[in-house]
Amino acid sequence: MSVLTLGKALNRGLHRALADDPKVVVMGEDVGVLGGVYRITDGLQAEFGAHRVVDTPLAESAILGTAIGLAFRGYRPVCEIQFDGFVYPAFDQIVSQLARMHSRTRGAVTLPLTIRIPVGGGIGSAEHHSDSPEALFVHTPGLRVVTASTPQDAHTLLRQAIACDDPVIFFEPKRRYHVKGEVDEEAVELPMGSARVARAGDQVTLVTFGALVPTALDAATAAAEEGVSIEVIDLRSLSPIDYDTVAASVRRTGRLVVAHEAPFTAGLGAEIAATITERCFNFLEAAPVRVTGHDIVYPPARLEKHHVPDLDRILYGVDQVLGRVPAPSAAAERA
Amino acid sequence: MFVQLLAPDGARVPSAEFDPHVAHLGGDELLGLYRDMVVVRRLDAEATALQRQGELALWPPLLGQEAAQIGSARMLRPGDFVFSSYREHAVAYVRGVDLTDLVRVWRGTTASGWDPFSINMATPQVIIGAQALHATGYAMGIRNDGSDDVAVAYFGDGAMSEGDVSEAMVFAASFAVPVVFFCQNNHWAISEPVRVQSRVDLADRATGFGIPSMRVDGNDVLAVAAATAIALERARAGGGPTFIEAVTYRMGPHTTADDPTRYRDADELAQWQRRDPISRLGEHLRAAGVLDTSADERIAAESDAAAAELRAGCLAIADPPPLAVFDHVYAEPHATVDRQREDYARYLDGFAE
Repeated sequence: MSVLTLGKALNRGLHRALADDPKVVVMGEDVGVLGGVYRITDGLQAEFGAHRVVDTPLAESAILGTAIGLAFRGYRPVCEIQFDGFVYPAFDQIVSQLARMHSRTRGAVTLPLTIRIPVGGGIGSAEHHSDSPEALFVHTPGLRVVTASTPQDAHTLLRQAIACDDPVIFFEPKRRYHVKGEVDEEAVELPMGSARVARAGDQVTLVTFGALVPTALDAATAAAEEGVSIEVIDLRSLSPIDYDTVAASVRRTGRLVVAHEAPFTAGLGAEIAATITERCFNFLEAAPVRVTGHDIVYPPARLEKHHVPDLDRILYGVDQVLGRVPAPSAAAERA
Repeated sequence: MFVQLLAPDGARVPSAEFDPHVAHLGGDELLGLYRDMVVVRRLDAEATALQRQGELALWPPLLGQEAAQIGSARMLRPGDFVFSSYREHAVAYVRGVDLTDLVRVWRGTTASGWDPFSINMATPQVIIGAQALHATGYAMGIRNDGSDDVAVAYFGDGAMSEGDVSEAMVFAASFAVPVVFFCQNNHWAISEPVRVQSRVDLADRATGFGIPSMRVDGNDVLAVAAATAIALERARAGGGPTFIEAVTYRMGPHTTADDPTRYRDADELAQWQRRDPISRLGEHLRAAGVLDTSADERIAAESDAAAAELRAGCLAIADPPPLAVFDHVYAEPHATVDRQREDYARYLDGFAE
């Protein structure tokens, strides 16, 4: 057990994977000599060599496409896409090739790739450095999508993703790279597809993932001071979604709030609200509420605080689901 | 200009540079190449007929490209690995595909006809040029393994405009990995002539990436074989990638759904028919006394037998059961898909008597 930053926990996870399995290769832009722009791959090339920790030319489609070829040869590639907004050139290889190859070949070919992508905003960066494109991947059959909010989950989930025989999109909450927490590298953890109750409560179920989990926990603490008990669920896995855990919570609380940074329309909040409404309709005391980014292009740094949900907007959503302020549905009907 | 060892009339064109690489091909081997080309043309015609009769949904004919495919594929070793487009039926034939497996995709019962590892050839790639990256990555693995296997990417002139092919050449050159880029310039990307894709010879593109290239007569099975042998030797010796432009012609439609009379002249087709890949080797072998009437009859009988096997196999392919749509979406259990499979099974059961 040691106290590590989330970034270092990822680094340790990659190190373990490289050490444990000679077929694991790490590849991406600047991952070698530099150790990655966020230093997640720091020191790995020096230890494992340039053929296993590969500085690639600057072509995202080729990073994915060659990783697929490596997997055909029996390798287990871990690709780094430098920023969320840089993944789109690789989208065709991910959607048209990676996600389908196992199905296309009727199970003959497995592509155990892990694609690490620093995701989300709140870092005051330039355009294309703050996107939350998870819904695009969750909507693509054949992919698994996971994300972590704690150093322990980051470490364990990354090793689980690399060990998984399916392709896994691994979103890293980049504005939380520096948060510290205890990491037990030998911990027997939850399976990769399961959610985690991050805080127990009985009045409102607050579902979120990645960088917003600490914000949600802060919101729950603040609400508790006003006597409102919030259960926070950290999804961890976005494909599949652990609906059993969410539904079990909502059956007790009767109220659901889903929070994410990505835009509102056709975001994961919509999917979760719809599914939970189907499964738990008779238990709901109020319509589910979504607290999300707006349906806008990610704004410039000085305005991003008006886009990314913060503690107050989450608490406002909680107030909505409790009927203390007008629900979004009421506002829409009035208009 | 291109490398040619067999003129359209069957005359042997000597080449000090290329001849040594086909010197090992004696009369029997050349007759074997001739037989391969005749058989795959017959299979191609049968598959086209099966489509016309409604037994296949679609078929992309290889007519005219027999020498480019047979001449290159026959130079490979079993341990090499091929990533092809959807027109390389002759390559699959040489790799040893079961004939029925050749048409499964086109009958619409599966997305790929065979296990890629059973013949060391990936199943047909539909996204233009995407497989060039897979071959390059596979070659990166070969290099890591310290093996002298080679990866081969087959694609066409249209693919030369796709970013994936350029990116594959960047990676292959940068890492100096054992991959052969085999471009069949068949002059047409559906309706677009090759001049829309490039103002220079396609082989010249490779030079800019630092990849040695050759431009060969793609209807000359000997020139194709020689160029491929050179590229494979270089790759096995650690010399990195090679690009081959095989100049050929798609004599038929893009697919059975296409009508080439809308975009190209009959004169052009007639001109290329005079450069036919099979007849020129036939002339050569007849003049050499290797091919005679009895050999011709034997090869024709073999071709008909192969076509009959293809037809029988095709007609025997059954539709998979409905729940097969849920198979292999994931390699490991996925809660959402597993639940949908159960729900759909229950729904279907509702129709049972």
